[in-house]
Amino acid sequence: MFRRLPETSAATVTVSIDGADVQVRAGDTVAAALLAAGVHPYRASTVSGAPRAPYCMMGVCFECLVTVDGVGNRQGCLIPVREGMRIETQHGKREAHR
Amino acid sequence: MNGAPVFENTYDVAVVGAGPAGLAAGATAAKAGLTTIVLDENPAPGGQIYRAITTTPVRREEILGEDYWDGQKLIQEFQSSGAQLVSGATVWSISRALEINVSQGGQTHLINARWIILATGAQERPFPIPGWTLPGVMTAGGAQTLLKASGLVPSGRVILAGTGPLLWLLAAQILRAGGDITAILDTTPLENYVRALRQLPGFLLSPYFAKGLRLLTEVRRKTRVIKGVTKLEAQGKDKLAEVLFATGSQPATRMAADLLLLHQGVVPNVNLAMSIGIDHRWDELQLCWVPVLDQYGNSSVPGIAIAGDGAGISGALAAAERGRLAAYAAVKALKPEALSHLPAEQILLQALAKAQAGRAFLDTLYQPPKHFRIPEKNETLVCRCEEVTAGQIREMVALGCEGPNQLKSFLRCGMGPCQGRLCGLTATEMIAAERNVSPQQVGYYRLRPPIKPIQLAEIAAMPQSETAVKAVVRG
Amino acid sequence: MSHTADVIVIGAGIHGCSTALHLAMRGLKPVVIEKDHAGRHASGVNAGGVRQLARHFAEVPLSVASMELWERIEDLVGDDCGFTSEGQVLVAETEAELESFRARVDELRAMGFTHEELIDRVELKKLVPAVSDSCPGGVVSRRDGAANPFRATQAFRRKAIQLGAKVVEGVSVTGFTRQGAAWRVSTTADTFEAPVIVNAAGAWAGRIAAMFGEPVPLEVIAPMLMITSRMPHFIRPVVILRGRKLSFKQFNNGTVLIGGGHLGRAYPDTNYTELDWTKLRESARTVWDLFPIMRQATIVRAWAGIEARMPDDIPVIGPSSTAEGVYHQFGFSAHGFQLGPGVGALMAELITTGSTNLPIAPFSIARFSNAIPKH
Repeated sequence: MFRRLPETSAATVTVSIDGADVQVRAGDTVAAALLAAGVHPYRASTVSGAPRAPYCMMGVCFECLVTVDGVGNRQGCLIPVREGMRIETQHGKREAHR
Repeated sequence: MNGAPVFENTYDVAVVGAGPAGLAAGATAAKAGLTTIVLDENPAPGGQIYRAITTTPVRREEILGEDYWDGQKLIQEFQSSGAQLVSGATVWSISRALEINVSQGGQTHLINARWIILATGAQERPFPIPGWTLPGVMTAGGAQTLLKASGLVPSGRVILAGTGPLLWLLAAQILRAGGDITAILDTTPLENYVRALRQLPGFLLSPYFAKGLRLLTEVRRKTRVIKGVTKLEAQGKDKLAEVLFATGSQPATRMAADLLLLHQGVVPNVNLAMSIGIDHRWDELQLCWVPVLDQYGNSSVPGIAIAGDGAGISGALAAAERGRLAAYAAVKALKPEALSHLPAEQILLQALAKAQAGRAFLDTLYQPPKHFRIPEKNETLVCRCEEVTAGQIREMVALGCEGPNQLKSFLRCGMGPCQGRLCGLTATEMIAAERNVSPQQVGYYRLRPPIKPIQLAEIAAMPQSETAVKAVVRG
Repeated sequence: MSHTADVIVIGAGIHGCSTALHLAMRGLKPVVIEKDHAGRHASGVNAGGVRQLARHFAEVPLSVASMELWERIEDLVGDDCGFTSEGQVLVAETEAELESFRARVDELRAMGFTHEELIDRVELKKLVPAVSDSCPGGVVSRRDGAANPFRATQAFRRKAIQLGAKVVEGVSVTGFTRQGAAWRVSTTADTFEAPVIVNAAGAWAGRIAAMFGEPVPLEVIAPMLMITSRMPHFIRPVVILRGRKLSFKQFNNGTVLIGGGHLGRAYPDTNYTELDWTKLRESARTVWDLFPIMRQATIVRAWAGIEARMPDDIPVIGPSSTAEGVYHQFGFSAHGFQLGPGVGALMAELITTGSTNLPIAPFSIARFSNAIPKH
């Protein structure tokens, strides 16, 4: 869906996405990093479990909710990635188990 | 940003949002000697229009265009003003005593302000077509953010659909960056061209006129544009596979797609202002709620002003002027002796009028058609969070539901984490159409803080207010 | 334009609508006058608790009678009102508190009421596995539960209309004048005439009472609530506390409602309410202590409803002490939702027969006759 402009800097950080270590571009938000890494499905809705993905990238739609370092329901589009960050995708009403 | 920001207990002026309005307001207030803090929830300043302007990896200036890089002047003005900027800071509650709860780094801080300027900007108007929740369907603004902040360019089978200046700007930026566009499906109703003609003389004076024309020509030369699109659906099983569209009364066409970018204009971000109980009214031209303000941007709640597109859509240049004007009023109220450091009021008002020239043309030309604001198909989702369909809402209205708040109780419409941002306008317009009354009569969701979901743990650990709320009123 | 009716009910909360319904069931033609819309305030936005548990002793007979109506609510109003009966549990946080609960349960038994049952630590953990291990026991009322308050109020309104009541919304009462044996009610729209008036105006009932020359020490309050995003199911009954303020309930959709009576600020003239986060912080801390599973919960919304509270925390029910044909039904002090069906039936009985089977003397407005000097 997206490709990176060639001039973009190559600096990366390592985060874990659902337990797997992934190199992502330093400076990306969590949502951008997951989209660039092709994570699919990004999320499953809490009502029907339908697949969802970031929609607005500006803090409005809440489709990009993820669990970051154990804290659920964070807006992935507003949080920059950090070295060692633990990102878990959310599928249904799972946040209480974390 | 390195290390945790240091918050003072009290500021003369607190500004919410670091887009053009917030940056200009913050710089103006600080230059007049007022202690000023600007709180912004994004990782870096610039708002949406100048998103990531201090951090963007996009090096070739022509990709984003000169209007984007113009934002650097505002950043420089801000940086030399002495105002404090805190990024990653979500303001989730403001009281009428001008106390601000702001969440930053997982912790809520309490800030008292003598004056507050809301510069929370705009969001894209909901575009509730069948399949708009499928992965692979995004807003045009979302794709633009990915380009500006991350250097990510749409690639593969990419379709842009909708109406409004941002759609064309994004198309040009994608093409200049070497990205792919299969087609642009233009939903601008053909009759809008006729209606907008009357506003053309005003638009000829607009700073956007010549640039807009150049942009349209540039895009049309390089990609396929299908005008007069009247039907639009996204289809696919667990992600987007095809876009189905039709023009006029022609049979529908299918187009394979990896990415569908939707846009039909922007509307004020009203959640924070409404949660404070600031009066709003329905704007019949822009088809959205706008706050009721005086010429400086002062709202119905004393000490709180609104600047920028949150005050009604006017674009980035006007946003900065409104920010300066709102800060001018703050200085006038808090430190009138410092007014001599600022441009005269008349000059500010004239600059705003110039920046707003020709707005009516754009509002008329790009007013999205009713069938893309109010879904015709009953299966179409209106509330994405709680998965409430247009048909369910119609059914409730038939049973006597008179406004969006009743929908909440019966359907949970608007009760999810987005707090109505992606369904509120649709719900209001839909109920109004079904009941054959005005959106003003139908009203909007009653919004209360927290305006964004917040962890219970963070509330439990928050600092205590010094201003006790007087809880009991003698009846 | 002028309209006549048998009874004019002021206020279309659950109480006003229930009274109208029961009057209509007895063959009368009531008109309900509502300044906003039915269920706009406390009746529509409360926590929805349907609770006999831990009530003031004077209210217990009314609450028990009302519970019988809740249990056949669908027969009564043609809608289940979202009523579910998973019980309510009053949790003791200390041994001393548990002892005071034991005394209360014993006293209720002596009065002939058996709905409250003392439970020990083991039974508490069985009913509420998520509760903190530090709690020594509590009291359960197994038939209690919860309902959807707005839906319930609307259901009473709809059924009342079906049976011949009229509900006039968006119209405020401006004054009363005596016309022979009837009252003439002037409003912001038409005028209405009836021999009987019921004041069920909730937070605004004090203003109505004052128009009849009997001011009451009514306080306008705004009890606050918070709700979480959807969570996996971990609790069935409603949980309440008495020492610290808390009521706690998980809905079928997974969201968890946190209330308990911390107050925000009400602006009764503009219908606005302002939340007090210092007090909501206390709610959050109580939940943090009592339900460790909630520490990761996300609060999605908070709100407050506008309600009337009396100084002794029990309502005013019964005839006016100054004006003939006028009855009061207000001041439920943030726990009137469950009483709505029962008190509506009782008011209809009182108005049509002149007396009630259940005791209502403790709720007389005369108890405040010296509280506020009359002009």
